[in-house]
Amino acid sequence: MSASPAVVATRFDAARVRADFPILARSINGKPLVYLDSAASAQRPLPVLRAVEHYETTLHANVHRGVHSLSQWATDAFERSRETVRRFINARSSREIVFVRGTTEAINLVANSWGRGHLKAGDEVLITYLEHHANIVPWQMICAATGAKLRAAPLTSAGELDMPAFKQLLSPRTRLIAIAHVSNALGTVLPVQEIVRLAHAHGVPVLVDGAQAIAHATVDVRALDCDFYAFSGHKVYGPTGIGVLYGREALLEAMPPWQGGGEMILSVSIEASTYNALPAKFEAGTPNISGAIGLGAALEYVEGLGREAIAAHEHGLLELASTRLAGLPGLRLVGTAAGKAAVVSFTMQGVHPHDIGTILDSEGIAIRTGHHCAMPVMQFYGLPATARASFGCYNNAHDVERLVEGVRKVRELFG
Amino acid sequence: MDLKELYREVILDHNRSPRNFGRLDPADASATGRNPLCGDLLDVTLRMEGERVADLRFEGQGCAISMASASLMSEAVKGRQRAEIERLYEQVHALLTGRAGAGDRELGKLAALGGVAEFPARVKCASLCWHTLHAALSDTHLPVSTE
Repeated sequence: MSASPAVVATRFDAARVRADFPILARSINGKPLVYLDSAASAQRPLPVLRAVEHYETTLHANVHRGVHSLSQWATDAFERSRETVRRFINARSSREIVFVRGTTEAINLVANSWGRGHLKAGDEVLITYLEHHANIVPWQMICAATGAKLRAAPLTSAGELDMPAFKQLLSPRTRLIAIAHVSNALGTVLPVQEIVRLAHAHGVPVLVDGAQAIAHATVDVRALDCDFYAFSGHKVYGPTGIGVLYGREALLEAMPPWQGGGEMILSVSIEASTYNALPAKFEAGTPNISGAIGLGAALEYVEGLGREAIAAHEHGLLELASTRLAGLPGLRLVGTAAGKAAVVSFTMQGVHPHDIGTILDSEGIAIRTGHHCAMPVMQFYGLPATARASFGCYNNAHDVERLVEGVRKVRELFG
Repeated sequence: MDLKELYREVILDHNRSPRNFGRLDPADASATGRNPLCGDLLDVTLRMEGERVADLRFEGQGCAISMASASLMSEAVKGRQRAEIERLYEQVHALLTGRAGAGDRELGKLAALGGVAEFPARVKCASLCWHTLHAALSDTHLPVSTE
């Protein structure tokens, strides 16, 4: 796990990786499954499934509560996962790692807790047209509640952030910037470091929606220098219902709790309560313990494969898929940024993406079709929907060929 | 699961060249339908003569199933009484959800949508136009949704 990237890279064996994911052995509609929807939810490898099973069958009790052995063991396992997350994103302290349900809850937490204390009429929150609804709607809601205004920076035709326009929108009224690290609909990688540098020069904190980046790039919150970073476990080969909010300790320290309940208090009387220290202050109620343990196992699995090695493997598939698909008549790639994660969004002349999805499904190929919960991106391109193939560590060149064959079948059927 | 059952020639033809596509202006009734999952959007405009749908048009964007279904519907209901249309709506719904019975002789060309029942994810695509027509006939101008 501490091997150098070069050593890890030579060890990356796509066939062996596939064998770690039992679901990939199944058939769909009589055809071997080709899973190209990891951007929606990645599949789970055996080490994650086993870690969850081990916890459920030998360790389960409530955490941070009991004096009995099981409670202590469960707490130890839960907190070890928090430490794994800290190491994985290179946070300074595990006090900066808050377990939440997922990216959506993480962003809602910041919008509510940080937003309520810092936003007022005349202030602005700056996002981009690339955002997932999870990084739009919470800001709309808090802006409506505080009188602040939501601004969105436009894109270029390739699906990159229009930096000159972004710089113009960054004003003395800007209180917070919330941006995706990687676009879920197009795969575009945003220049987070540059944005953070610009923002900090104006004294503006930056929240990064890392849902699509966490499985595909080395995420180092200290190198990015961002103030908040949110991601979900199930996008990085972990369970659903668990995610992480990273927050700079001083910021989290100054923020009020969002939800009240058990775990987040030190003492309660009917008149008032004293809140717990970080990160418990933001973890009201019994957490998703097995989810957190599964997430820890998923991050260790990714570390074991090597993040650079996974990124290189996926980049190869992205190049192959882009070239092969772009060569098909009537097919248009949507989102052609220079820096992309392994996501290929496309449309076909005369065929609606939903029909593409159904026909590919009959071939055992799972892709996403629709607006990808990013309607402003679709509106920006004047498209109602796209078809999207997204790749994970377990995909291979054969999957790309099956996709291309499937797309040919769509063309045959629709003429 | 047979693709040829879903994408029958009639469906592909109505998708390529939808009948009664457009908008009546002025119209006696109209409604907008949306399928938020796939972003389908459909406008139906009607001209009524008493209880009879004298003319109708639809416009919008969507998959082949939703376009063909709207086109087939427009042909099937034009000139019919409101009550007949409501009955047809019930029969189409039964067809789409695999419950079609003895009454399906009345369906005529609409029977081409029979393959949809094998594809539960696509039932909403085929029924959006009917929900929208129903809303227009109920003379409600509130947008309808399949969600």
